[in-house]
Amino acid sequence: MPAIEVSGLKKKYGDIQAVDGTSFSVEEGEVFSLLGPNGAGKTTTIEILEGLRNKDSGTAKVLGLDPWASGYELHKRIGVIPQGFKFLDYPTPREAISYYGALFGKKVDPDELLRRVILDDASNVWFQNLSGGQKQKLGMALSLVNDPQVIFLDEPTTGLDPQARRAVWEVVRKLKDEGRTVMLTTHYLEEAEELADRVAIMKHGKIVAMGTTEEIESRFGSGQRMVVKGGDDLLKYLRENTRLRAEGGAGEVTIFLRDKADAMVALGAIEESGAAWEDLTVRRDSLEDVFLKLVGESEGIGEGGE
Amino acid sequence: MRFSLSRTMSDLKVYGRSSLRSREGFFFTLVFPVILILLFGAIFSGGGVSQSTVYVQNNDTGPVGAAFVSALNSTSNYCSNGSSAGLCLRPVPMDVNFSQYLSSKSASDGIVIPANFSLAFESGQEVNVTVFGNPSSTTSAVVSGVVAEVVNGFNVRGAAGVHHVGIASRTAVSSNYKYIDFLVPGLIGFAALTSPMFAMVNMSSTYRRDKVFKLLSLTPLTKTEWLLSKIIWYVCTTVVSFILMTAVGVYVFGAHIALNWGIGIFLLLGPFFFVSLGMLVGTVSNTPEAASVVGNLVTFPMMFLSGTFFPVSSMPKYLQAVAHVLPLYYMIDGLNEVMIYGNFEAAYIDMALLLAISVVVFALAVKFFRWRED
Ligand SMILES: Nc1ncnc2c1ncn2[C@@H]1O[C@H](COP(=O)(O)OP(=O)(O)OP(=O)(O)O)[C@@H](O)[C@H]1O
Ligand SMILES: [Mg+2]
Repeated sequence: MPAIEVSGLKKKYGDIQAVDGTSFSVEEGEVFSLLGPNGAGKTTTIEILEGLRNKDSGTAKVLGLDPWASGYELHKRIGVIPQGFKFLDYPTPREAISYYGALFGKKVDPDELLRRVILDDASNVWFQNLSGGQKQKLGMALSLVNDPQVIFLDEPTTGLDPQARRAVWEVVRKLKDEGRTVMLTTHYLEEAEELADRVAIMKHGKIVAMGTTEEIESRFGSGQRMVVKGGDDLLKYLRENTRLRAEGGAGEVTIFLRDKADAMVALGAIEESGAAWEDLTVRRDSLEDVFLKLVGESEGIGEGGE
Repeated sequence: MRFSLSRTMSDLKVYGRSSLRSREGFFFTLVFPVILILLFGAIFSGGGVSQSTVYVQNNDTGPVGAAFVSALNSTSNYCSNGSSAGLCLRPVPMDVNFSQYLSSKSASDGIVIPANFSLAFESGQEVNVTVFGNPSSTTSAVVSGVVAEVVNGFNVRGAAGVHHVGIASRTAVSSNYKYIDFLVPGLIGFAALTSPMFAMVNMSSTYRRDKVFKLLSLTPLTKTEWLLSKIIWYVCTTVVSFILMTAVGVYVFGAHIALNWGIGIFLLLGPFFFVSLGMLVGTVSNTPEAASVVGNLVTFPMMFLSGTFFPVSSMPKYLQAVAHVLPLYYMIDGLNEVMIYGNFEAAYIDMALLLAISVVVFALAVKFFRWRED
């Protein structure tokens, strides 16, 4: 049985179709990442799965339970960080964790948990005085108090410094090692590449791509590209003397390669141009390239070169 | 049933600690009540409640009783011109218990004409008119003087030289009602109203905005447990306010207060009601700003018209009518009955009313307040 199962899920707010018939499933022990631009419907989807919002239609099951109808049962078995996590103003992180422990009837060691999310240095500071990143870390700690099987993290690293972000990554990896299922949203694509077994890219409430990052890159990417440091003279030469598609800007020229022969042509042309160049690299479309392409489509972005 | 006392207590611990850490919470719980009583006590200290109303119960059906009343009226009917120097006579129906009636009106001055008055007077027997009064109050002295004068006239009219009509004096229930005596129960009611109402109305909207309710709904804590913990907390703060205000009232201003279990009932029921009401009011508005407007609309009339700062009986009739639909009135009225007059029977009605409406409002609050969204 998958840990999370969604099919044909729909949710409308007034005129806005926030979630428009999405379907996906997440296996037990998997780390699944939901990506998409602002307003794509990620939070809405996650909140429906957490039992915090009712769906309009479709099915949603978490650990085999209907999140809205069986929320009370489900909540004992899941952990959640809401987007923009906020808590009561006055409890300290240590008190907050003890409070959650008492509510769930679980014995917890606040210090151990605080160390795990690297918040032990601020364990006695009132919540309202914690920094943004420290608050976020407390959210992470609280989501783990009840030893959950499935953890929903809605933008857990937004606003964190690089070190804290890596600490969160560490926590997520450990959760995966322990066999827990994690569903995560993020705007940092490298975070998804780093952590997720599979990702889904959402746009206007629909999933436009889903799979491992490699699968998505090869399916939606436009193949190899050669990037070389060089000026407009190089770009001009390439456009006038080859049939290659090339784009320039910011001291870089990108040449899109359809096959191996293109690579040879490009190299030759660069050499012949006589223009100054350096730092030549060849790489495949990254997740970010694919993301921008998929998300930009139909909005008039990313179609310039076609 | 999912109810768990231990979860309620865990929530209480966190909420109570937060309230004490927050400056506003600390101020409204511990400092504000003391400031209020010092302020109002100082402004009005020493001043008795000016009671120019004298209640008259004529139990006599014969002509002499009526003549006596009209004689009283002719000496002292100042009801219409509003002069503070005069007495205003108000008739009391025959069938009511007079001393209870007096205390229900927070009054101490009254005159009772006995049932056999005409018969006795005409047959030359001795008969007494009873004057209720408060020995230390100036109005009571005026009442006694007026009655003595009228009695004198009757005795002169009767058989020559024989004093058939006498005056029996009775002290009305408690000895000495001063403004401060009413102020203490009034301000306890005020404290029981304001701190839970403002806190709950504010909380219900800010918690929703900050998604704290959503967060709580992800734990096993239930709405009932959450609301109950707030009620317990505000019962505690109301008890503390009560202790502080009573201490200041008694030791600083010499208030007369009877301590008894009836007070405890109101200290429980008041916060029970206002926490529930605050939550219910909070559910009707989505933004903190709108919530505070609605909250004030509900709170302010109660704050001033329920007998908090002045006894309701000293207000104009139409405002008294308004007061009677405000729940806080029943808390303060009941507190007055038990703390000042020791009149439990009158307070039972207040208790029953308050309990009934609290249960209803609590149930409505639990029903209408959602911590998830559709
Ligand atoms: N409570 C609400 N009432 C009305 N509209 C809403 C509500 N919540 C979300 N929306 C709308 O639904 C759409 C999806 O919002 P959602 O929060 O799910 O997006 P998201 O993918 O999480 O975006 P972000 O990356 O900015 O967090 C948006 O257009 C948003 O304006
Ligand atoms: Mg979101």
